[in-house]
Amino acid sequence: MSADIPDRLITKLYRGVDEVYGSILGVSGVSGVAYNEDVEIRLRDGSLRRGHVLAVSEDKAIVEVWTGTSGIEPESARARFTGVPLQFGVSVELLGRVMNGSGEPLDGMALPVSDVMADVNGAPINPTEREYPRDLIITGVSAIDATNTLIRGQKLPIFSGSGLPHNELAAQIARQAHLKHSDEPFAVIFAAMGVRHDDAEYFRNSFEESGAQSSTAMFLNLADDPPMERILTPHLALTLAEHLAFDLEMHVLVIMTDMTNYGEALRELASQRGEVPSRKGYPGYLYSDLAALYERTGILKGKRGSITQMPILTMPNDDISHPIPDLTGYITEGQIVLSRDMHLSGIYPCINVLPSLSRLMKDGIGAGFTREDHPALADQLYAAYARVQEVRSLAAVIGEEELASADRNYLAFGEAFERNFIGQKQTEARSVDETLDLGWRVLSLLPQEELTRINTQDLKLHYVDKSVN
Amino acid sequence: MEVGKITWISGPVVKVRISSPLQMLEQVEVSDMHLVGEVLSIRGDEATIQVYEETEGIKPGAPVYGSGAPLAVELGPGLIGRIFDGIQRPLKDLAALSGAFIQRGFTAAPLSRETKWHFSPSVSIGTALTPGQVWGVVPETANLQHRLMLPPNVSGTVTWLANEGDYTIDTPLVKLSTVQGEVTCSMLQRWPVRQPRPIRERVAPSEPLLTGQRVIDILFPIAKGGTAAIPGGFGAGKTVLQHALAKWSDADIVVYIGCGERGNEMTDVLIEFPKLQDPRTGRSLMERTILVANTSNMPVAAREASIYTGITLAEYYRDMGYAVALMADSTSRWAEALREVSGRLEEMPAEEGFPAYLPSRLAAFYERAGRVTTLAGNTGSVTVVGAISPPSADFSEPVTQHTQRFVRVFWALDKDLAAARHFPSINWLSSYSGYRDDISAWWGAHQAPDWQDLGKQMMAILQQESSLLDIAKLVGQDTLPDMERFILLIARTIKEAFLQQNAMDPVDAYSSPAKQVALVRLLLHIYDRGRKIIEQGCPVGRLQNEMDLWPEIVRARATVPNDQPELLQELRTRVDAKLNVIGKDYGA
Ligand SMILES: Nc1ncnc2c1ncn2[C@@H]1O[C@H](COP(=O)(O)OP(=O)(O)O)[C@@H](O)[C@H]1O
Ligand SMILES: [Mg+2]
Repeated sequence: MSADIPDRLITKLYRGVDEVYGSILGVSGVSGVAYNEDVEIRLRDGSLRRGHVLAVSEDKAIVEVWTGTSGIEPESARARFTGVPLQFGVSVELLGRVMNGSGEPLDGMALPVSDVMADVNGAPINPTEREYPRDLIITGVSAIDATNTLIRGQKLPIFSGSGLPHNELAAQIARQAHLKHSDEPFAVIFAAMGVRHDDAEYFRNSFEESGAQSSTAMFLNLADDPPMERILTPHLALTLAEHLAFDLEMHVLVIMTDMTNYGEALRELASQRGEVPSRKGYPGYLYSDLAALYERTGILKGKRGSITQMPILTMPNDDISHPIPDLTGYITEGQIVLSRDMHLSGIYPCINVLPSLSRLMKDGIGAGFTREDHPALADQLYAAYARVQEVRSLAAVIGEEELASADRNYLAFGEAFERNFIGQKQTEARSVDETLDLGWRVLSLLPQEELTRINTQDLKLHYVDKSVN
Repeated sequence: MEVGKITWISGPVVKVRISSPLQMLEQVEVSDMHLVGEVLSIRGDEATIQVYEETEGIKPGAPVYGSGAPLAVELGPGLIGRIFDGIQRPLKDLAALSGAFIQRGFTAAPLSRETKWHFSPSVSIGTALTPGQVWGVVPETANLQHRLMLPPNVSGTVTWLANEGDYTIDTPLVKLSTVQGEVTCSMLQRWPVRQPRPIRERVAPSEPLLTGQRVIDILFPIAKGGTAAIPGGFGAGKTVLQHALAKWSDADIVVYIGCGERGNEMTDVLIEFPKLQDPRTGRSLMERTILVANTSNMPVAAREASIYTGITLAEYYRDMGYAVALMADSTSRWAEALREVSGRLEEMPAEEGFPAYLPSRLAAFYERAGRVTTLAGNTGSVTVVGAISPPSADFSEPVTQHTQRFVRVFWALDKDLAAARHFPSINWLSSYSGYRDDISAWWGAHQAPDWQDLGKQMMAILQQESSLLDIAKLVGQDTLPDMERFILLIARTIKEAFLQQNAMDPVDAYSSPAKQVALVRLLLHIYDRGRKIIEQGCPVGRLQNEMDLWPEIVRARATVPNDQPELLQELRTRVDAKLNVIGKDYGA
């Protein structure tokens, strides 16, 4: 390549490919190529693939192809370096549309003219410019509203297992979510990574039925789509979310499923790159990579919009210590954990509240937000339910009949808590008052002396004393 | 000055063909966007550089500029109350330049060149000064005197001195004649972050860092100048505990490093700290706090640097004779940044992909903690508390294991306790403190002569409980003898009334030493009296039911204000009255 061709022109040239391995192409004889630049690869049959520059030296670029290298022949493939990082043309008109995992339309219509071309990697939000999220989203689901409150601008994942009703729960939340004093609807962005057709279909139907379809954008990388594309999909979804929330000041709910498939795609990529793995073969930067997605959530000072994230992941083997749920939990602002045992005993939603957590709850509940008694009630429900687990394991050893009467109270409370409080219908949207009152009713199965996390005043006001009635 | 051209780029690591000399660890600027970087290695005419900003869009052939000096921070008035990124760029100023999102290539001076500070000289012309000696003071906040010290490598005689007055930090204020010739000093100094600031000598820790957290101050205390680690899985309570320490510890200065953690948590500190009052001074907590934030989505190499930036700021205030407490949340993210860069350098990995030098880097970091005699002869200290985020909450992983060798306090957070909402979830059986003996004399002289003993008695009860629970798990509590059931009752009360501490409760969040001691005494008193009554044949059920003050005892941590520990005395009188009635039946 002669040195006097300006960069600007080089980007227009197609270069031959010298090697292909895994999802990687080696392209030599290039100059003026930038790190992480977007690359277009044209195959013999005229079809296009996209990739990006993984590493670059003075005369050679290592290109990683998002949609896989199968079918690429080095002799006939041509790479074009676009001169810019991968960008996605975002527009409010993408709401109501269905795209594949690379952002191409699947609904037979042309993509709208974009408002902005935005770098799919986004940029970190300056912490001094964040607005701390405080506005409670009422989901109508007691186990969430009372004990794991969702806040607008929060990233709160669902940790599930295969076959558990995470889709139903996520769809119910998307359908019922509203704020206390506002009926401003959410725009929903749905990103599917490696999920089955029927899962994607379930969401599509659910959005259609609730009339939310026109304010929903769907990015679908399905189970039989190229695995590498799964890495791209959430980046596109979040780039659109940022445009809607921070340029157009809309409230956006991003549902991303299944983050485990995303992580596996990343692992595959890392092994193709020949990188040194850390836990279970996942790359050492899995944490940073996930954080770069999850942190694209929140509220900015002086803007009305917000991004709330609800990632869904299936824990391989129901194992919460697996790297994907583990690192996710380290980044997100809590987690909703589903339990197979509860599911098998017929409780919907099968939310196990003990390992579940909402870190932003503390600032969004209580006097002025929900109700004054809410924080202590939640705390006491947790503490009492933790005790239920101890009593149950004792009962399993010595038998229920041998339990002390105080312990039997806990068993009764545990039953009622799971069946009546956590358990509800998929179509049931409880108000905050309903949820909290129900909480008091089940808690009142325990004697007052046990409820030491609640102050005497609140007990007087809310405890349902059966000896009086 | 241009020192070479880029030949290779992969993420935060670039290689450079050098055309003029570079030093190891020299701070450089990469490309015409002037991205900040640092030299990691030099081999022949090739240098490897880690870049502290995103390298997207950078091309081979781009220039690299040298600075002739290692990565350093600016030191002087104006550090307190501010928030910096990992390489000390002031985040508020960056927001003013580039908006809500951090864009590349923007820089702002860490310390304002416009603000004027009120300077008073504390020496006069002709005074001979040695390294580190104070030559003037500036009130940095209402409660903090910023002492202007001679740099550690300068000594000489004052030949000129500015008058008392208001000056910007870069105005020359003092001239000295030294063996190297004339030296001029302003309020502003620089110091390379990877080099510990020199001291005269280390002194043994003897004072506690009072944290207002009961389980810490009474059972697992930390000394001023000490080191502690907080390992715990996600949601175990590391950050809430670090925030509590930053809020309520009796340190003069707090340096809080958010290393690879959540953006919203830094925002939370920025919003909450200015509103909270330091219980000792009545002033806003922000007036003693410096924040360093390199959140998880900010460039990974700067995350590695953030720990050093933070500890250098801490050492600077230590050298003025202050007690500084540094919190790093989380050191695991720092270690991972080290691992990521090491991987890009294709170094030979040791355990779990971490480089073989992980333990020595950890040791060197914690060694920068300590209580010292400064060059000028004052006493100052840096206390270091590092959170650890072990993958799968498994403490056998390398970062936890190595850290454990270099710290003397280990607050092991327990995910089962956290799930039961027992916070702080410090597991009393697996945690330890190596400072109990060092600081017991202080407690004896200032708060409670029997402090050492109070903690030991409480631990003894908790240990007995643990073995009793093992049995109770198999047979149920009701089959145990009354005395053992009473021990279980007391242990449960200790957990609920004392060990648990709700960081969200306005009263409970902080416990004064007097209240802590009064509470332990109350619990141990009930234990002693109850035992005697049971020994005389009283069934535990009567103590449990007829002594109906248990709920009140458990609630006391939130209902008794810090300045009224006498209310606990009053509660004790009522407990005694009840016990007298029960005890009478058994002649006890
Ligand atoms: N001392 C405490 N008092 C009350 N709640 C606490 C306390 N410590 C932790 N928590 C609860 O636990 C949650 C997780 O704590 P956090 O410190 O963020 O965990 P980690 O940093 O270990 O992931 C908090 O959001 C809060 O709800
Ligand atoms: Mg944390």
